[in-house]
Amino acid sequence: MSFFKRLKAKLTGDAVEEKEVNDAPLQDAAQDDADDKDERIEQTVEEAAPTVVETEEVKKQDEVVVVEETALDIIEPQQDEEKEEKKPSAWSITQKFKAGLAKTRDSFTSKVNDLVARYRKVDEDFFEELEELLLQADVGIDTVDELMDKLRYEVKRKNIKDTNGIQAVIAEKLVEIYERGEDDLIELNLQPKGELTVILFVGVNGVGKTTTIGKLARRLQLEGRSVMLAAGDTFRAGAIDQLQVWGDRVGAEVIKQSEGSDPAAVMFDAIQAAKKRGVDVLICDTAGRLQNKVNLMNELEKVKRVISREIPDAPHEVLLALDATTGQNALMQAKIFKEVTDVSGIVLTKLDGTAKGGIVLAIRHQLSIPVKFVGLGEQMDDLQPFDAERYVYGLFAEGLEKELEEADEE
Amino acid sequence: MAFEGLAERLQGTIQKIKGKGKVSEQDVKEMMREVRRALIEADVNLKVVKEFVARVSERAVGSDVMKSLTPGQQVIKIVQEELQALMGGEQSPIKFNTKPPTVIMMVGLQGAGKTTTTGKLANVLRKKYNRKPLLVAADVYRPAAIQQLETIGKQLSLPVFSLGNEVSPVEIARQAIEHAKEEHLDVVIIDTAGRLHIDEELMQELKDIRGIKEPDEVFLVVDSMTGQDAVNVAQNFDEAVGITGVVLTKLDGDTRGGAALSIRAVTEKPIKFVGMGEKMDALEPFHPERMASRILGMGDVLSLIEKAQAEVDMDKAKELEEKFMTQTFTFDDFIEQLQAVKKMGPLDEILKMIPGASKIKGLDNAKVDEKQMAHIEAIIYSMTPAEKTNPEIINASRKKRIAKGSGTSIQEINRLLKQFDDMKKMMKQMTTMTQGKGKKKMKLPGLDSLFK
Repeated sequence: MSFFKRLKAKLTGDAVEEKEVNDAPLQDAAQDDADDKDERIEQTVEEAAPTVVETEEVKKQDEVVVVEETALDIIEPQQDEEKEEKKPSAWSITQKFKAGLAKTRDSFTSKVNDLVARYRKVDEDFFEELEELLLQADVGIDTVDELMDKLRYEVKRKNIKDTNGIQAVIAEKLVEIYERGEDDLIELNLQPKGELTVILFVGVNGVGKTTTIGKLARRLQLEGRSVMLAAGDTFRAGAIDQLQVWGDRVGAEVIKQSEGSDPAAVMFDAIQAAKKRGVDVLICDTAGRLQNKVNLMNELEKVKRVISREIPDAPHEVLLALDATTGQNALMQAKIFKEVTDVSGIVLTKLDGTAKGGIVLAIRHQLSIPVKFVGLGEQMDDLQPFDAERYVYGLFAEGLEKELEEADEE
Repeated sequence: MAFEGLAERLQGTIQKIKGKGKVSEQDVKEMMREVRRALIEADVNLKVVKEFVARVSERAVGSDVMKSLTPGQQVIKIVQEELQALMGGEQSPIKFNTKPPTVIMMVGLQGAGKTTTTGKLANVLRKKYNRKPLLVAADVYRPAAIQQLETIGKQLSLPVFSLGNEVSPVEIARQAIEHAKEEHLDVVIIDTAGRLHIDEELMQELKDIRGIKEPDEVFLVVDSMTGQDAVNVAQNFDEAVGITGVVLTKLDGDTRGGAALSIRAVTEKPIKFVGMGEKMDALEPFHPERMASRILGMGDVLSLIEKAQAEVDMDKAKELEEKFMTQTFTFDDFIEQLQAVKKMGPLDEILKMIPGASKIKGLDNAKVDEKQMAHIEAIIYSMTPAEKTNPEIINASRKKRIAKGSGTSIQEINRLLKQFDDMKKMMKQMTTMTQGKGKKKMKLPGLDSLFK
């Protein structure tokens, strides 16, 4: 099976075993997970096919197929049997990615399509234009250079002459650069139930840390964990109130002090409170800071130190929130925040705009920090685990589907 | 690694050309490749880069560049000039309505810094333009956005108009303008909610607010770290609501801020202000030529000179020069210098403005410790007047006393004394050289590379 077929199969949930792999990060809490799925399906249906309303009993397989037909608009005859076994979850998440990335895809994919249509042959001019497309997605010049080298080699090796099928190769190489052979990049390092997990959020100003914390709290609750929030942004006007609103919305307790107090002290309080109440996960907000402000970075180091002193392994995750519209400076952000707080993962926010967030490829490539979640909208449940293949699929969806159709016709 | 300055990048290509008597078109092409890379790394939009490189190439192949002795420097100069031109030559002031109130709308993506900038702008308007601004909290969507603006208003003692988050932003804006008229407030700054430029519903809301009373200024607030997408954002906002200017935020970070260039080039709307810090007075007028240098990673000499001029007293400088010459430079003078430098701002920021400073070993990632300076001050303040003018008399027991008085250690005092001594020696060298064998030999090792 070719790469893109495999990819599509996985992402639309064709193969059962693939699906299991997908669900692994969601781990236990089967009941909540199922509810979760239902919700997602409902949403996707609303977005994709307004005509299909009767989705209360989505678990019935044939109905899923109805949803599938209206929404995807492409049904390959020989795959009908496999589709019978489709589980809704994987597919609906992919749909969500597709919807969230719709604008991204519109510009990027249509450009790639356009490019492929204009060039029948794979030559230097083709590569040059492709390079430009990737640069426009903020992938960054060093990573693009490497990708282009790989592509050129691959094209030579496989003796690819025309542009048919080149999109799949591009997607494959993109994923390869991203994953570098490692799996399980998106799983959060959560402690077994009954033990406290501390997640620290860091990032520059205005990237969406507080909003993401609200969404993540909701997500963890749906997985059956109790969540507490620590209002560590004591600097920005209104930040504590903002977190409190989120706390009220998702029903999580918020530990806070007054504006202008020492964030490390807030963390100390929060950890004590979390231990006492026996919550599963404590999510810590911090004030946004530009990475070149030495004093503020020192403060952040102290916050982390205080957390580690109270619980030796904590913080179990340090998540860097990154705005998808950010350009090459994101690399510096990731680098310096990693030096100071040992960032373990990235949350890419605001990916529902036209920005492509291509810089995450460069960050993963140069600094080995994986993206764990992406923010795809403003709703409470618009935070999704990042999946490199889905991301790339989101970028190339139309092109891949077209290629698939062509392949089927032959 | 990312973020090498263009000047450094071009060094390599220039080295190759140096030996040659002539610069070929091929050489220029290679240089342009570096220019292109530098601009892309600075987040300048690719389309803008392409047009730009084409234009610079044309000029660079021109005869005067080829004939000049330093083609590399010439190319950099052309690039800088063109950048500056692209960013709009002149600084653009705020347009006030002759019939108050003047209405200013702040629009932009989420997290660009609209609310903070609203506060800063009001502060500038009051301080520099002597206006009475009214802040309007029209962001009813983001949790606690209204509280944020109210807190800012309290900090600045400025009136904030809000109707809670149940009333539509359009209605809030309408009532706010009425309110301003009644209260004789002459500028109304409307803080709108952050929105995606592709969100048609919310864009319509902006149009509706616009419809109440034609705003005199619509400022698009843009994060200076924005990448290639900046152009789309600016274009969409411009098409939907018609922006009149741009405010670039978070420029106190280490981004090159190429987005500024892209936005200006595509929308042809001037950049009016830049946000330079978290404090409420950290909003400055935009200077195209400085931004050009920054995008190229060439340092910002102009700002440095300006800062120095603002803080350094010319007479004192003369006096100091005299002291250098006669070698009567004392610790008193030293501390005066220290304070003058400190007034110019954080040391590491000053260092960044010096072109080529990043090339000096150890300085590129030097984190200047402001505390260290406080220690030095404390040591000097713990000296007697006699010790200050005549450091030679400081013996072991005096050192012990000074260490006690300043809360430092004897080692630190020794270090300072040595540094002071070295400085004096260097000055001696300099003065004898200038007085002696003419200016030709006035060369300090390392100093030439400092100002290249």
